[in-house]
Amino acid sequence: MKRYDKLVKNAAGRLVPEEINGQKAIPYMGIGKYRPTGRKYAPLIATCADYPLDGNKIIPSLKEALIKSGLKDGMTISTHHHFRNGDLVAQQVFDIAAEMGVKNLVWFPSASFECHSTLIKYLEDGTIHHIEGSMNGALGRFTTEGKMTGIGVLRSHGGRYQAIQDGEVHIDIAVIAAPTADPFGNATGDRGSAACGLLGFALGDSEFADRVIVVTDNLVPFPCIPWQIQGNNVDYVVQLEQIGIPEKIVSGTTEITKSPDRLLLAEMTAQFCDEAGIIRDGFSFQAGAGGTSLSIGIYFAEILKKRGYKARFARGGSNKYLVKMLEDGLVEYILDGQTFDLEGVRSMRENANHLNTSPFTSYNYHGKGFFASLLDVVILGATEIDVNFNGNVVSHSDGYLLHGIGGWQNCLFSKCTIIPIPLFRDRIPVIIDEVTTLCGPGELIDVIVTERGIAINPLRTDLIEKMKGSSLPIKTIQELKEEAEKICGKPSKPKFGEEVVAAVKWVDGTVIDVVRRIEK
Amino acid sequence: MEFNLEKCKSSGNKGKGVRSDCFITMELSDSNGLEIEINSKVNALYGDAIRELALKILNHFSVTNAKVMIEDSGAIDCVIAARMEAVIKLLIDTDKTFLTDFLQENQYKTERDKNRFSRLYLPGNSPSLMLNAGIHKPDGIILDLEDAVAVDKKYEARFLVRNALRSIDFYGAELMVRINQIPAGLDDLDFIIPHNVNLILVPKCEEADQIILLNNKIEEIKKKHSIEGNIWLMPIIESAKGVMNAYQIATSANNIVALAIGLEDYTADLGTRRTNEATESFFARSVVVNACRAAGIQPIDSVFSDVGDMEGLKENVIKSKALGFDGMGCIHPRQIRVIHEYFAPDVKEIDKAKKIVIAFEDATAKGLGVVSLGTKMIDPPVVKRAQKTIDLAVNMGKLSKEWRNEE
Repeated sequence: MKRYDKLVKNAAGRLVPEEINGQKAIPYMGIGKYRPTGRKYAPLIATCADYPLDGNKIIPSLKEALIKSGLKDGMTISTHHHFRNGDLVAQQVFDIAAEMGVKNLVWFPSASFECHSTLIKYLEDGTIHHIEGSMNGALGRFTTEGKMTGIGVLRSHGGRYQAIQDGEVHIDIAVIAAPTADPFGNATGDRGSAACGLLGFALGDSEFADRVIVVTDNLVPFPCIPWQIQGNNVDYVVQLEQIGIPEKIVSGTTEITKSPDRLLLAEMTAQFCDEAGIIRDGFSFQAGAGGTSLSIGIYFAEILKKRGYKARFARGGSNKYLVKMLEDGLVEYILDGQTFDLEGVRSMRENANHLNTSPFTSYNYHGKGFFASLLDVVILGATEIDVNFNGNVVSHSDGYLLHGIGGWQNCLFSKCTIIPIPLFRDRIPVIIDEVTTLCGPGELIDVIVTERGIAINPLRTDLIEKMKGSSLPIKTIQELKEEAEKICGKPSKPKFGEEVVAAVKWVDGTVIDVVRRIEK
Repeated sequence: MEFNLEKCKSSGNKGKGVRSDCFITMELSDSNGLEIEINSKVNALYGDAIRELALKILNHFSVTNAKVMIEDSGAIDCVIAARMEAVIKLLIDTDKTFLTDFLQENQYKTERDKNRFSRLYLPGNSPSLMLNAGIHKPDGIILDLEDAVAVDKKYEARFLVRNALRSIDFYGAELMVRINQIPAGLDDLDFIIPHNVNLILVPKCEEADQIILLNNKIEEIKKKHSIEGNIWLMPIIESAKGVMNAYQIATSANNIVALAIGLEDYTADLGTRRTNEATESFFARSVVVNACRAAGIQPIDSVFSDVGDMEGLKENVIKSKALGFDGMGCIHPRQIRVIHEYFAPDVKEIDKAKKIVIAFEDATAKGLGVVSLGTKMIDPPVVKRAQKTIDLAVNMGKLSKEWRNEE
């Protein structure tokens, strides 16, 4: 199988393949331009005669469950990142596959974390052919250096659901790690020792995969209430000693930043939202889990309190700060997409206004709408932004793939997308001439906030008008770029090879850009 | 790259947590030309530029045979240049200097009685804290060569501070340097006077003689470089003796614009401990305020050292202002806003100032020699202070420029 073939220029001017890992790929055509027709992909028809009528689907070991699921060469295996850096399940799945001598698997995680860098040995020995999901940290370096057999494919959370429902990715076996489950396969993430909040990233897998295995370390008698994953979609249930490391599940950037520079960014962002009239009674927002985003949430809360406003809903990344806003009556609903700490988990369990959502409801572009586009404002990060407001979140300026897309692309469709970022990081300018990897088109990115100035996308004449006379330092993106270069010096370009090592999908499944091999 | 530990020298910082800096090791050799090794976290983007700059500096100092290793954590040019020059000068004798670009933006003078609510201390050998200092808008930044620099780093810090004055944009903050104690601090002056330092903080000042010594040296350097205009001084009183001599110090030279008090050293000198209630320093603070007012200069309070306690800082500022101070030091950018907020004129002060200014303008319009508000006579200094309060309130966005029309 050819890794990729037929490079053509897509609508964003980037050279992308029309064939990836032996499969047809469609070059990016522009926002909303690609309109697939036909019907969604459908799962196999199952017959209850094949399942125990007493509802007990327990299999003694994960290995037996994988064998019963027909694990063989070339299959696509999915896992999920609800346990973030504390995941113990993906590793076990591939340990078993390697032990069985199975080759050329496609790993289809909803995201990868540093803990998954142990899978590199299986990418090297041919157990895993390539990854479709995200390639973070060591996996990103491995991919960028051209060491992965197949081409890596990066998708947003919404794009992952879209790829599953459109049949672009066929999942042979989905392994869903569940903090609590019953023998029938009903499962929830809001309780149990590995409680992680919600299991939304596994929803599409449970609906469309050929075989679905639920793995838990907290088996309860039927019924598991609430059920976030429906047992009716589940083939087998496996009980393990431990499926996740609790302190790593809720790890990460769940504290507000102490960095004065980042706090300044957060303050400027909140002030911008206030002056632009975005913060009003009944508005909605999404702020991520990074230190700066969390601080912005705190400033939002202060403004809401001062004005006596209430946000109608907030989309999470939920965490203790957002929960406090909910409990203080500053937000009516949390529509949670990922729960970042135990306060978030508790709130989801106890508070009827804290709801779990999925990439289907929040992000899927091939549906009849999605929540992210309803948001008044979203606060996102980026590794690079260029003078045309295009954004990169997956690679760094040195060309290395280091992060996943997450919900980033999907959130760009909100009514106002704001990206607070430092003008430079360790001498590396963040605002540059052209992004290394294009992940989001500039038309959708409205405001860039840096500590040295705020640039508003010229397309947003309404915002430009509103901010006239503001005390905030409003500049053009070109001015910001020049300021960064003046401080840091003009960076040279990293030395890329010709060879494509990964493809970045847009929310509709088309290919928006590729990552090229780095000459080490 | 291997070095002979007896012969090599180094400058700069490296290791965990170090950013925007570089650590350079260098050894002269007899032949083999220049061998340069660069380990940089920004190598892909700036590796070539770093090498080019290193070569340029080595050439400038006519170094032709040497081994150089640059361990870089994202230092900008003026930092790399400072580290290079320091290490070269540890190895060879030379009168030359390698000066980085002098930003047009940094070439400003400051007024004698400018606002000095906040001045942010920046350790003189830590470039990462300098880069973004100006964006937090302190009234002044202090590049500190004294207590914030370890003894074995004092030498290299001077080069960094000099280059920072020239090449890092501090966005209009008054450019201050705290030199080392007199007499050692006199050797710092060559590195700052020709590079547009606005104000020099004189630590542990105890006698007027120290100021005279300092000013003599300043004048000498100014003459040598044909520098016009004043370089302001802010002696820091941090001992019992300094407190007793505060007025003599305050009046010892006409380029002294303020006295600051340093309470950590002062309380140590008293043999007591600094408390939040600050009763132990009440006398010293009052003496300094009084000496300054008598000399017509600004009294500036000590720093508040718990950077996490914003409520405590606020209380401290309110007390400080009530004692008569005009500003205080800060050791963290987050303190700046609180300091500005509570040193700034409050609503009552602004209202009173407005009435006085209007009364004055009315009186002038009517050709009256005496200004009165109600039954009270208003003296000219009071009018002047009221006008200053108004200007300040307008500058800080607490009062509209058009306040006269908005009544």
